[in-house]
Amino acid sequence: MKINKLYLGLLGFALIAPTILYPVFLMKVLCFALFACAFNLLLGFVGLLSFGHAVFLGTGGYVTGYLMMNTGITPELGILCGTAAAALLGAFYGKLSVKREGIYFAMVTLALAQLMFFVYLQAPFTGGEDGMQGVPRGELFGLIDLSDNMAMYYFVLAVFVFGFWLIHRTIHSPFGQVLKAIRENEPRAVSLGYNVNDYKWVAFIISSALAGLAGSTKTLVFQLASLTDVHWHMSGEVVLMTLVGGMGTILGPLVGAGVVVGIQNYLSGGELGNYLHIIMGAIFVICVLAFRSGIVGEINKVIKRNFSS
Amino acid sequence: MNADYVLQTLDLRKEFKGFTAVDDVNLNVERGTIHALIGPNGAGKTTVFNLLTKFLTPTTGQILYNGNDITRMKPAAIARMGVIRSFQISAVFPHLTVLENVRVALQRKEGNSFHFWKSQSVLNKLNSRAEELLDSVGLLEFANATTVDLSYGRKRALEIATTLALEPELMLLDEPTQGMGHEDVGLVADLIKKVSVGRTILMVEHNLHVVSKLADRITVLQRGAILTEGDYDTVSADPRVREAYMGVEADEEVPGQTTGAKSAEEVSA
Repeated sequence: MKINKLYLGLLGFALIAPTILYPVFLMKVLCFALFACAFNLLLGFVGLLSFGHAVFLGTGGYVTGYLMMNTGITPELGILCGTAAAALLGAFYGKLSVKREGIYFAMVTLALAQLMFFVYLQAPFTGGEDGMQGVPRGELFGLIDLSDNMAMYYFVLAVFVFGFWLIHRTIHSPFGQVLKAIRENEPRAVSLGYNVNDYKWVAFIISSALAGLAGSTKTLVFQLASLTDVHWHMSGEVVLMTLVGGMGTILGPLVGAGVVVGIQNYLSGGELGNYLHIIMGAIFVICVLAFRSGIVGEINKVIKRNFSS
Repeated sequence: MNADYVLQTLDLRKEFKGFTAVDDVNLNVERGTIHALIGPNGAGKTTVFNLLTKFLTPTTGQILYNGNDITRMKPAAIARMGVIRSFQISAVFPHLTVLENVRVALQRKEGNSFHFWKSQSVLNKLNSRAEELLDSVGLLEFANATTVDLSYGRKRALEIATTLALEPELMLLDEPTQGMGHEDVGLVADLIKKVSVGRTILMVEHNLHVVSKLADRITVLQRGAILTEGDYDTVSADPRVREAYMGVEADEEVPGQTTGAKSAEEVSA
């Protein structure tokens, strides 16, 4: 089982990584990786391009942030509530949008996400443009103080591993088989008796819940919930991460998130910071023109070409 | 007492913005037969087909399946009742393996298709049934190949195996031999004959040679309406059919002659 060894190797690396790299950076990568993985479940495995996925990231963040600041619940409960809120919103938005296909699906999700963006902009509890600042990280299960970055890192890693496992399981489940069939040939899936919209809907809910999980966790990491996470820029960024890493591959979004967040972090400190968007745009164009299957997709191709008989 | 009809349409009509594509069609498909729907280009065959498979909604009229009105039902719902369609372009799942293609069809009745928390290894118990079905269409040796790599004829065969997995009562085939090479046409025609045992098949078909070989009953459509109906000999002898196909009334020619329907030629001569 080569692939299991790869996962174990990655996990091993993730466990020792904070001794080499800055833990907050790693946590940021993990949060975005989870977000991108959730997004990829829809785009790569059902063929649905949601252009408003940031709304689930942001909703998870706001709900968790609000509860942590105002009710004093423990972080795991805060994250659970944030995730549930995103799932609920996903259930509602999904029901409305899965009836549409292709560009119309993208437009409906974008419109619905923008709707919530303006709600969050105006609502008093979000702090508007300032966002929610100083969200306490709290104590995990009332025992472990998460204000320590190392403790927080391992908690985030655990959340990520759970999310990643769930996506991996979903893809390799009976449900995942039907999703792939829908992606491959929707009319045929219908003619085999599947109500494809129901399957898309469930996939949409899983995806939005996991995006909410990522957002909730991210809020705890940065102790901040802001409009950035709900903005359509964020929806675009997750598309970029998924495409750069490799759409429809399991590890692609993880790699893509690492690359994008890494570049952003590296550049924003230096002189090139002002050109960040131009550079990201250029990467996107190169990616779409030259290696459409993304980094992981291209690596898979090379492996397939050279090592399979 | 009427004959035993699996599928009936009553004054089926479909209009697209003033243009009548299907004009009060009354179709009766008898149980256990192979019924072919033919007609020149633009006769409305595919529209009728899409109405029957619920991919289009009729303007007026009714569709009865085993006597039940299915006019307003959704495509997936009639599929679960045993009406399974095929498509003009071979309908397979290209990036699944050949075995998985059939298994997706078998999977539905297992009732675990929403179980995203289970491993797909729970589906392995369907493998032997899937292999049986692949064997029946001669694809067993390709079970683990990726479907996209199969030849066109084999994709068709796979599609039929997938359809059979659902144990359909009525199979609706949309131009099953379209775009095929000569050998493949024969292969698929034999396959259709083979799977027709104990089932009802309604097919839209261009290749009159195939129709002459397979169909028990033929309905000829022209400009959205039924021109005539009957077995191959009756239909091919009908001067109106010849006219519809040739544009002129040609005494010497019969439809299908070009594709080699010798028997018909003898009859009409």
